[in-house]
Amino acid sequence: MFTNKGYHMNAINLAKANYIKELLNRDMREDSRALTDFRDISINTSILKNAEGSAQVDLGGTRVLCGVKLQPEETMKDTPDQGNLIVSAELLPLASKDYESGPPSPDSIELARVVDRGIRAGQCIDLKDLFIEEGKAWTVFVDLYILNFDGNFFDASYMAAMAALSSTWIPKYENGAAVMEERVRKLKVDNIVTATTFAKIGQKIILDPDVNEEAVASTRLTIAVDKEFIRAMQKGLSGSFTQKEIQDMVDIAFEKHAMLKDYVSPQSNQ
Amino acid sequence: MANMLNKPELLREDGKRLDGRDLDELRPLSIKANVLKNAAGSAYTEWGNNKVLAAVYGPKEVVPRHFLDPERAVIKCRYAMAPFSSLSDHGRSGPNRRAIEISKVTKEVFDNVVLLEEFPETAIEISIEILQSDGGTRAAGITTAAVALANAGIPMRDLVYSVSAGKIKDKIILDLDMLEDNYSDADMPVAVSPRTGSVLLLQMDGEMTRQELNLGLDTILEAGKQISKIQRQALIDVYE
Repeated sequence: MFTNKGYHMNAINLAKANYIKELLNRDMREDSRALTDFRDISINTSILKNAEGSAQVDLGGTRVLCGVKLQPEETMKDTPDQGNLIVSAELLPLASKDYESGPPSPDSIELARVVDRGIRAGQCIDLKDLFIEEGKAWTVFVDLYILNFDGNFFDASYMAAMAALSSTWIPKYENGAAVMEERVRKLKVDNIVTATTFAKIGQKIILDPDVNEEAVASTRLTIAVDKEFIRAMQKGLSGSFTQKEIQDMVDIAFEKHAMLKDYVSPQSNQ
Repeated sequence: MANMLNKPELLREDGKRLDGRDLDELRPLSIKANVLKNAAGSAYTEWGNNKVLAAVYGPKEVVPRHFLDPERAVIKCRYAMAPFSSLSDHGRSGPNRRAIEISKVTKEVFDNVVLLEEFPETAIEISIEILQSDGGTRAAGITTAAVALANAGIPMRDLVYSVSAGKIKDKIILDLDMLEDNYSDADMPVAVSPRTGSVLLLQMDGEMTRQELNLGLDTILEAGKQISKIQRQALIDVYE
């Protein structure tokens, strides 16, 4: 019997799970994708006026909206010459029957922290570029809103965050205060990091699992890379991977990066 | 990673690390099992300057009831750092966002190895308290909790261990301390099931090539032999 998120599969879900496994035995998937294909991706940027940056990503049926807000704040004691980056994620009740309102769930905290890690490790944002004046620097708030959940919010959120940051403008700062109505320059994005998430079902490993596949998966691995380096990794769920499996997934993540970064930032050379 | 101002040189001229260790050398590790009276099982670890206490309660009643699984035990896991555990600030008490994430990935490690189906409709509670921290506390927590679970007599497929690998320039290092964690080029905590060598926890941030990742995993698997031995000895010592 499979369980997901603490409740138990009914007969229909169990039949579905068996169906997914049966298909995978023949290297097939419900939506006729190959094992290492992404679903269709579409990205729209600058879709919100009041946010300094924004992007909405559709990855198959998963939709993530990312809003970026900038706010002048006191610099931190140990980093007086730079600003700050804060990533949050909300699994909104409107996104899935399984999401409920309340304090941040471990899943949403994990999502935010894994995205934060990749952006930071990849030095995508030059935090020194956020310095305003002695004691003041911009804090960049990246808020990820999961609007519709159909599996793999990790990769969709990475794309949404990178696309939103790439479209972010910095407001004017005058006489000790931000003039939010006036935006003076684009936020410098120095590097593009993209994520590729894999799920293991039985002995098969698939890329970009949808919600049904995630429900059957024993293990998950998210690999965030730029052109040259692995920047962040996060394994999830209770299953395991062999060293060889990890190597193979890393290779695929690097292959997929070229395509993903073109969606996120068509003009970038990263 | 965060603050690259005044980034210290992490390797000495003789190629050793600042604390005198070789690149692939563990910090001194000692584990003592059965250290708390009330808990079904417990363990205390000193790993370098880390001091970690883990306790296991259960199998016991599931609270709240809606977490109950009719077919297997549910594992509840708490990782938390004591407010006095780090040299810098006085921390907030209770789990913060980092601790919630670590609690989640730690639970997932033990979901893999504990024979949950032996104890349907029960909860197994794992508490990991970091009393003193110096980098690598999630790995120390998992390594300690594995011993506490065994001490509690909870049947498991394997006695898991965890340790991190990292990178200084082009060198792979093992078991990062706080300074190395903060200023190295990559940090990768990994938990392993030693019988099979399968990877149960894998996190990483920084920069690593494919080859460096592979070398890091090799280094961890090699060091795991020592860690496993110390874990087993801790359990044997209880009954001698």
